[in-house]
Amino acid sequence: MAAPQAIVIGCSAGGLTALETLFSALLPNLEQAIVVCCHTGSSTVELMCELLAQHATLPVVEASERAPLEGGVIHVAPSGYHLLVEATRRFALSVDERVSYARPSIDVLFDSAAEAYRDALIGVVLTGANSDGAHGLACVRSNGGLAIVQDPADAEAAAMPMAALEIAGADYCAPLAAIAPLLNRLCLP
Amino acid sequence: MNGPAHQAPLADADLLDIEVELFVRALKLRHGYDFSQYAPASLKRRILQLVQSQQTGTVSELTARLLHEPAFLAIALEGLSVPVSEMFRDPDVFRALREQVFPVLASYPQINIWQAGCAHGQEVYSLAILLEEAGLYERAQIYATDFNENALHHAQEGIYPAKEAQLWSRHYLAAGGSQSLADYYSARYELIKLDQRLRRHVIFANHNLVTDEVFCEAHLVLCRNVLIYFSDPLQDRTLALFRDSLVRGGFLCLGTRESLDFAPSATDFSAVNAALRIYRLGSRNPGTG
Repeated sequence: MAAPQAIVIGCSAGGLTALETLFSALLPNLEQAIVVCCHTGSSTVELMCELLAQHATLPVVEASERAPLEGGVIHVAPSGYHLLVEATRRFALSVDERVSYARPSIDVLFDSAAEAYRDALIGVVLTGANSDGAHGLACVRSNGGLAIVQDPADAEAAAMPMAALEIAGADYCAPLAAIAPLLNRLCLP
Repeated sequence: MNGPAHQAPLADADLLDIEVELFVRALKLRHGYDFSQYAPASLKRRILQLVQSQQTGTVSELTARLLHEPAFLAIALEGLSVPVSEMFRDPDVFRALREQVFPVLASYPQINIWQAGCAHGQEVYSLAILLEEAGLYERAQIYATDFNENALHHAQEGIYPAKEAQLWSRHYLAAGGSQSLADYYSARYELIKLDQRLRRHVIFANHNLVTDEVFCEAHLVLCRNVLIYFSDPLQDRTLALFRDSLVRGGFLCLGTRESLDFAPSATDFSAVNAALRIYRLGSRNPGTG
């Protein structure tokens, strides 16, 4: 793959805790744009951004429509909308039907990001109790990007990483604690 | 080397981009529907969903059907527009309309409202209920428009899956509804049908935001989660269309996550409730124009 320019992360059940662990260990000088799709029942992601920001070494903001993806910033998908990345590397939203019962859907984010970033993208699938993200991760890989999946045995909910491994496979399958160091190593020259 | 310049064969992803471009071009040249100014990522996704639902295998086969099979146009438009909405979606918005916008609308003897991109009509009925409960409906005229004939037909019928009713009832109450949503529909089998009395001041009409012009003078325009599908220039054109349709001091209500940061025409509006994307035309300079 090329030098990574963006990281997309998908998670569901148990995701908030996993993200806190992950974001607390990322190096603050990472220059990649980071985009997160986490299924939540809540109607707002503002609270989630605040919670994550307390642990994160990088700024955490809600991804806003038409805005460019910013390096060194963690962008979180708003609830109730699919979050897509355009080829111009700006965000787009849609209220199209749910995918795998989810909106935002990890597949939708990963598919579009994979087409925008091709082989300069890292896809990460973490804990979750469904199969969203598996097809998206396959799309990341088929575009030359790199796939990281949380070890199902280490995940609070194993279904999502298992589905990802089964459908997409992975370049790295690692416990949560090892994923931030791995990203630091892959992303910093 | 002689002859035309030659390049290496394209990657599959690039090939797909070419197919999508040809499909969009065929739709415009053959049928006059212009999707070239739509946000590409979600448009491409919908076209690929059409490939799946029609089992054509490739986008190019869709293009061929578009060119040679007249009945396919309706199927394609239906697939590309995927109208998804809920009654009283984002209840806070409807509450704000009732509390912040309706008191101003009440000062007009006749209230014209344009619901642009009405899809299956859920918000049209929501609005009619809201106006009815505010005592304004008798004076109101709602123009509900969409470019998709099937969606308009669906909207006119006002028939929806009963499984949605529970969520919609919660939204209705959160929006400040004063009765029970069930008072406004009849339920039968798996379906609910909205009271057709709610339609008495609604005109459903075909209008395409991409190509059509101003057709009414409105005091309020609702266009929620339509502009998210448009490119920057088309978003700007549409905002200018809303500006030209609104009376001075008229209101515009967009989707709660829509961004006006890239639209020059947005400067004609000022925020009444920025978080809920409710704007007012020109109220920053009330004495001019």
